[in-house]
Amino acid sequence: MEKRVTFSSWTIGILFAVPQLLLIFTFFYWPAGQAVYWSLTLQQPWGGGNIWVGLDNFRSILSNADYWNSITASLVFAGISTGLAMFIALVLAALTDRQLAGSRFYRVVLIWPYGIAAPALAMAFRFILAPEAGFMAVVNQVWPGFWDPGLNGADAMASIIAAFSWKYIGYNFIFFLAAFQAIPRSLIEAAAMDGSGVVRRFWDIQFPLITPTIFFLLVINITESFQDSFGIVDIMTSGGPANATNLMVYKIYSDGFKGLDYSGAAAQSIILMVLIVVLTIFQFRFIERRVHYR
Amino acid sequence: MASITIRDVKKSYAKSQVVHGVDLDIASGEFVVILGPSGCGKSTLLRMIAGLEEISGGEIAIDGTVVNKLEPRERGCAMVFQNYALYPHMSVAQNIGYSLKVAGVPAAERTRRIQAVARTLELEHLLDRKPMALSGGQRQRVAMGRAMIREPKVFLFDEPLSNLDAKLRVQMRSEIRKLHRRLNATSVFVTHDQVEAMTLADRLVVMNGGRVEQVGTPGEIYNRPASRFVATFVGAPAMNILEGTVELDGISLLGGSRRLAVQRAGLAVGAQVAVGIRPEAVRLVAPGTAGALDATVDLVEELGAGRVIYVDLDGASFSVMTSEAVHPDPGSTVGLRFLLDDMHFFSSQTGTRLEVFKASVPEPAL
Amino acid sequence: MVERTPILNFVTHVILFLGFLMAVAPFVIVAIASSHNLKDVNDVPMSLLPGSDFWLNIKTAWTTADLGPKLLNSFIMATGVAAGKVIISALTAFSIVYFRYPGRTFIFWLIFITLMLPLEVRIVPTYAVVANVLSPYQTILDLTGLSWLIEKVSGVQVSLSLGLLNSYSGLILPLIATATGTFLYRQFFLTVPDELTEAARMDGAGALRFFIDVLLPLSRTNMAALGTIMFLYAWNQYLWPLLITTDQSHATAVTELKQLIPNVGGIPEWNIAMAGTLIVMLPPLIVIVAMQRWFVRGLIATEK
Repeated sequence: MEKRVTFSSWTIGILFAVPQLLLIFTFFYWPAGQAVYWSLTLQQPWGGGNIWVGLDNFRSILSNADYWNSITASLVFAGISTGLAMFIALVLAALTDRQLAGSRFYRVVLIWPYGIAAPALAMAFRFILAPEAGFMAVVNQVWPGFWDPGLNGADAMASIIAAFSWKYIGYNFIFFLAAFQAIPRSLIEAAAMDGSGVVRRFWDIQFPLITPTIFFLLVINITESFQDSFGIVDIMTSGGPANATNLMVYKIYSDGFKGLDYSGAAAQSIILMVLIVVLTIFQFRFIERRVHYR
Repeated sequence: MASITIRDVKKSYAKSQVVHGVDLDIASGEFVVILGPSGCGKSTLLRMIAGLEEISGGEIAIDGTVVNKLEPRERGCAMVFQNYALYPHMSVAQNIGYSLKVAGVPAAERTRRIQAVARTLELEHLLDRKPMALSGGQRQRVAMGRAMIREPKVFLFDEPLSNLDAKLRVQMRSEIRKLHRRLNATSVFVTHDQVEAMTLADRLVVMNGGRVEQVGTPGEIYNRPASRFVATFVGAPAMNILEGTVELDGISLLGGSRRLAVQRAGLAVGAQVAVGIRPEAVRLVAPGTAGALDATVDLVEELGAGRVIYVDLDGASFSVMTSEAVHPDPGSTVGLRFLLDDMHFFSSQTGTRLEVFKASVPEPAL
Repeated sequence: MVERTPILNFVTHVILFLGFLMAVAPFVIVAIASSHNLKDVNDVPMSLLPGSDFWLNIKTAWTTADLGPKLLNSFIMATGVAAGKVIISALTAFSIVYFRYPGRTFIFWLIFITLMLPLEVRIVPTYAVVANVLSPYQTILDLTGLSWLIEKVSGVQVSLSLGLLNSYSGLILPLIATATGTFLYRQFFLTVPDELTEAARMDGAGALRFFIDVLLPLSRTNMAALGTIMFLYAWNQYLWPLLITTDQSHATAVTELKQLIPNVGGIPEWNIAMAGTLIVMLPPLIVIVAMQRWFVRGLIATEK
């Protein structure tokens, strides 16, 4: 879409964009470029600049079992928490959209979790899911040793998934509800006139019409699961036990800032960036479909 | 084919009442148009017949069965929506055939009936298209097809032509009329467009403020409007209204500057009445003609086939429609002449029509 | 709609109520836990009746994690990011929507691409830039030979250096360097009728006047929406402040939560940890409740 009426002064136009351009150059493009540079070089331990090593950094990462473990953990985390958060949110949004008594109330409250900082909710969940106090402790009393995220990797993974999903149910709910409400009321009414009941209408009319939102949220949830998980992991598990929850961003952070392996961390960043770019491009292909419906 | 009986039907929302007790009988096979300004409750009434709105009070019966508690699908009505409400993700064929699919009609039978409907509406070449790829008129047809395929007892139309351009609207109007003649199904059509209403209706229902003002054939509505509202709402340009006071031997008009010599019956002296004359019932004569009113021309609107002449009648604005070849200049004086038979009288208090005046002389002088 | 679905309605109510419980339970549990004393909070099962130590725990958490100045830091950072975004995005969107200068499409894409990569994934090099924010420019001068030229000509050795670690600018600026808000404004500007621009021109307004007198007042709802989500976004940042505030004076409330994780040895002080969590959760929750409309609108508009 383009404006028909515009202002002719080039200089003023460009001046308006300058602050933003300076910012993104300094804090986006330069660092992104730097990451590429670092990933292809190796820093000398005693100074003297970087030496060119080509794809060696990538090779060494990709041959590292820890890294593959991190990728697997990230994918498991992304898959389960995205599925969980989206499914629950979809159900809640579809039911809220029925606008029975009280739906306005649910519309307000179900959004709250998304406003909470990941580390804060991680702290809350760390307590709620603590094996010795809180609520899983009750289960442990009945079956001793059933639950211990501090020792059992699967339990730790379940904990961070629970915390992340809780937050993103709120997020997905907002978008699903908006998508449902964007469906013209008359379409639902027409389907009712055509003899279609509530459930049938959902599958025949509403669900097909919100598929673009589903794809969109799928990508966003996966991307967010790569980044917004950092605070949750750092507070709840610190990547442990035994690297079971050492997700990609957490590993970049610990390799880069704790291990001071900038080149390795940069190479990992590049891989993550490529992953996210691919996902985003995948999503844009579906935006066309969304436009198509309108 | 079915009759519809509406008894004292009311609709209220939390804050306000939008339909105040409507009574209406629609005969089987009749084409009834509900006409009224926006917000008059006409769409709400239609949606209550469809089952899309709960009925707050009263009763709606289709074919003698009270349908108040029946779901839309159980009422046997089909509806054409204002914005067509076509399913954007389904092809034209799927849109038309959806109700059959829901009803579990086998695919072969479904295809056959879709084809039949498409043929009637000349949609055959568009069956695989999505609604997005159709023009306004084509979408309108698909919406009609979707309603037709179920062979419903009742067709409901909710301002279906208002999204079309003027030319297409006229064309679709006559198509709907033709279709009705062929299917002869009971139809209720809601619109705010009086031309649409007049041309389509067997019987016209004029609504205002949640109440029915008048029910009648288009001719009755035009010739004998039951209220001042109906009189001014139907007809373009709108009927002229002159306020008057009943006196012993007639009605004093325009603040006493003119008198209408009519016999009154049953109205007290001093009662306020409104006298209405349609612009097309006024004849232009030479100024100073006996029995005519002199007025100053304000503005002439050329319509091609005729013209509307706006005049100033002792301070009141008055319009005259003429097809004669007279072209008075603004500022000039013309004479206006009209017959008592063309006058309508309404109570100023209630707005209802008064039938109590008779000419006291063969040709009443003003 | 007239519809009789009693069973479905019942199921709907039950599921929604469960959803409601799921959404508020963590808040409630945090609040209750922060009112218990050390013994009660470690009881299994913990009593769901509030204890009496609420204010004591809040006070302890407040002093332990030094939350007063940290909340102030969070507030400054969140407000800074929100304000910076609201202003800079409006300027940029105006530039790319209302002008036709050469390279405009290129600039549009330059900005658009920043939507793709969140700060977290380019965290390492961004950190290096913030350590000396002028290093990109120094490098460019060095590589192009300009520093050499300047040194030859003026005898001054070019050495640009401006560290932003442990500063509010360092906290704020990198968080503004994305395109989120720009596209919110862009979508809105595109819906502003051309006639309005033409009318303003007929009235003698230039680009700047039109921007200030017409576009900005019309954008008020967008500003509120964008401001709300950016405030929350910035308040909830964790990794970035954790990295660049090596010195306690600029740490934010969210990063300080870590101080409250109970030690492994001894009886865990969950009551204090939960009291701290409650304090950190509360401001964004208040913003969400108060600004719900803008929040939802902003969220949907920026993502689409």
